[in-house]
Amino acid sequence: MTELRRRGGGGDPDSTESISDKEADGDDRLGFPGEGEGDMEGDSKADTPDVPPSADNTPECLNKALEGLSSRWKNWWIRGILSLTMIVGFFLIIYLGPIMLILLVMGIQIKCFHEIITIGYRVYHSYELPWFRTLSWYFLICVNYFFYGETVADYFGVLVQREEPLQFLVRYHRFISFALYLAGFCMFVLSLVKKHYRLQFYMFAWTHVTLLIVVTQSHLVIQNLFEGMIWFILPISTVICNDIMAYLFGFFFGRTPLIKLSPKKTWEGFIGGFFATVAFSFFFAYLLSPYQHFVCPVEYNSETNRFAVECEPSNLFVMQEYTLPAVVQNGVRWKTVNLYPFQIHSIALSSFASLIGPFGGFFASGFKRAFKIKDFADTIPGHGGIMDRFDCQYLMATFVHVYIASFIRGPNPSKVLQQLLLLHPEQQLSIFNMLRNHLQEKGMLPPAVEEAQ
Amino acid sequence: MDYSSGWVEFKVEIMENWRDLGRWGSETEGRSERDGASDSETKPDTGVPEVPVSADDTPEVLNKALSGLSSRWKNWWVRGILTLAMISFFFFIIYLGPMVLMMIVMCVQIKCFHEIITIGYSVYHSYHLPWFRTLSWYFLLCVNYFFYGETVTDYFFTLVQREEPLRILSKYHRFISFALYLTGFCMFVLSLVKKHYRLQFYMFGWTHVTLLIVVTQSHLIIHNLFEGMIWFIVPISCVICNDIMAYMFGFFFGRTPLIKLSPKKTWEGFIGGFFSTVVFGILLSYVMAGYSYFVCPVEFNNDSNRFTVDCEPSELFQLQNYSLPSVLQSISGWTTVKLYPFQIHSIALSAFASIMGPFGGFFASGFKRAFKIKDFANTIPGHGGIMDRFDCQYLMATFVNVYIASFIRGPNPAKVIQQLLALRPDQQLHIFNSLKAHLTVKGLLPALEEAA
Repeated sequence: MTELRRRGGGGDPDSTESISDKEADGDDRLGFPGEGEGDMEGDSKADTPDVPPSADNTPECLNKALEGLSSRWKNWWIRGILSLTMIVGFFLIIYLGPIMLILLVMGIQIKCFHEIITIGYRVYHSYELPWFRTLSWYFLICVNYFFYGETVADYFGVLVQREEPLQFLVRYHRFISFALYLAGFCMFVLSLVKKHYRLQFYMFAWTHVTLLIVVTQSHLVIQNLFEGMIWFILPISTVICNDIMAYLFGFFFGRTPLIKLSPKKTWEGFIGGFFATVAFSFFFAYLLSPYQHFVCPVEYNSETNRFAVECEPSNLFVMQEYTLPAVVQNGVRWKTVNLYPFQIHSIALSSFASLIGPFGGFFASGFKRAFKIKDFADTIPGHGGIMDRFDCQYLMATFVHVYIASFIRGPNPSKVLQQLLLLHPEQQLSIFNMLRNHLQEKGMLPPAVEEAQ
Repeated sequence: MDYSSGWVEFKVEIMENWRDLGRWGSETEGRSERDGASDSETKPDTGVPEVPVSADDTPEVLNKALSGLSSRWKNWWVRGILTLAMISFFFFIIYLGPMVLMMIVMCVQIKCFHEIITIGYSVYHSYHLPWFRTLSWYFLLCVNYFFYGETVTDYFFTLVQREEPLRILSKYHRFISFALYLTGFCMFVLSLVKKHYRLQFYMFGWTHVTLLIVVTQSHLIIHNLFEGMIWFIVPISCVICNDIMAYMFGFFFGRTPLIKLSPKKTWEGFIGGFFSTVVFGILLSYVMAGYSYFVCPVEFNNDSNRFTVDCEPSELFQLQNYSLPSVLQSISGWTTVKLYPFQIHSIALSAFASIMGPFGGFFASGFKRAFKIKDFANTIPGHGGIMDRFDCQYLMATFVNVYIASFIRGPNPAKVIQQLLALRPDQQLHIFNSLKAHLTVKGLLPALEEAA
């Protein structure tokens, strides 16, 4: 803590120097804004932290293996190896199935929350604030409880109906969540200490904004996952691809800077990345669509007590013939082309990832500059923290969720069933009759001969 | 305004300082939450603004009328008159009906948002930050659009289905709202200016937290209102009553302080306020539950294109006989008592208002102390800003909404039907079978061997 203070007291020259040291190493970081270019923040906020540069935590084995190379190439190799490791890890988790994915998303959410809160502590020198760490984690647990209760209860409807305590928890779920949250709120009010009011309010707000960003979006990711793993895999891969492609295009062809906030980004990288990403996701969608494992909604099979991904693929994932417009027909001499409708949607998704996704990255860059930190944390050698990798993903997850809700999915059947079961018996009966007539008209039910009420 | 002089004699010094600044003399006594006194915040918080003291804006007419009295009584009178004015205004609005109530809630929300954002500007000297005022109001519009859209889609379902543009807007509502929000987000990123990054992020965070508190809760209030005006009136009245009663009890009997944060609050006030609020809640519910104007859900009548409050009152609002427990029987000599079930619920509501409501007040007091402001604004003479009056209401509104959702209201059958019809036929069939099995088990359907 004293070390922090000393650095803080040292003021700008200290921080610029320490950061520019790292700069030599981290020169080729994708999109990293040059801190050393004198980001003189004229505001006289004396409580600016200078978060000390995190120690280099590359694993020893990598260090030894790459001893011989110059430090610049060493950095390249580290980044490259770690990128590959992450991608391989990603595929392994996909193979392991939905439960593992949910656990992974949960783990990432907790780590991101931890990273952002730690930054908050440093910014406000509030690490020693009474109760605050406990309260932050408590609020995280509350909000997660609320969201998991809302989503999980829907999908596990049958299981929930069976167990009595679960039924009680589900029925009064909102009330219980609210009571838990209120308990935390009261603890906060009771923990206000005279000299630290402002700090405490800042940390309270910091925690809530972090929860809003991190937790809600990770739950949107999980809901996307339940629609079908392809709705999880494709957006994430698209964002990763855009990152890599924009970097490569920028590296080879980059000339005109894109935005003052991230001086290493260029228009050439942006546009090249856009086209490359759209093409990539188009083909990737084509690859994934035939497999049930990816396209079927994840369902909980109450008999076997496991998650099952088995279904009749919906229209989106059934090959259809499209007539090419005349212009393209002259170009390629095909009249029609077989496509999955999902590939058309993937164009929308990848366009979003390439055009708006980078704004999430700029936001995070601005945030890092505002608080004079280089990375969110130092979890991944060569890449920074988990938040650094996931900053663009959050916008994407929300977009995919909204897209599905607006254009793809109707209401969730299990949720509808659950609501049905909560109605009064007379209402259930009247709905039952209405539904029966409706289905009979549609020919889904043989017309009944006699149906006594 | 110099807070840092040592406070030795609370009342005298405060009176003198504030009189010098043109404020009403015994502001401290008049205000039930007067807490600006004790803590000497000597922490070296260099970024702290000294928010300039707002000028005294009591209307001239009141000033003249009361010019004869001493400043202490003058203060009492001003507060009293304003309190009465606000309460009458409240009843008048209720008389005018749901539409006007909704608009009032909307205006209160906008004013609260404005007050809190203005405090943020003062705190961060960020009034001249490029774009930021525009962006804050833009985000307010976006979030309101989203919430109103959801409410309108639920409650005005038939109207929406009729008009083509409305139908499209409602079908793609989430997408449109998200697109609007994203535009604001991108504008924010593009507006980041080198020297002001931190400020801009702070204001961004400040705006979002304010939106979270103010806007979501005002929409919960509107949802409560649609359940029936009684769900709007009783909670608000309970909070107001608790405020007043706690103050009275504290004034007459107050001895032991309640919490360091608000040194003028006492245990006697707290407990006295609790009991009197519960009694008040029971009586008020008794009075209101008899009128269908208050207890019926607000509905939009397609034919007359107006709001109507006309229905068969639900069981909650029908008198029932309850047998008193024997203890009470021996005391009062009655064996049964006729109550509306709603009165039992009102006990829960008023208990919450008395016990948890004050925490909202403490939170606001802590906030004001943290940012060294006396009031949120100076809109209401003698009382401060709108936020000062509404700080306890926000928690209450959320509680009432959660309470209704958990204990009172089931899902809306019309909505369930609408969702059912939007499903695919195979999903409908699946639900049909599950429902049939469920109803058969419950004995509502004779067991049939209907093949599906």
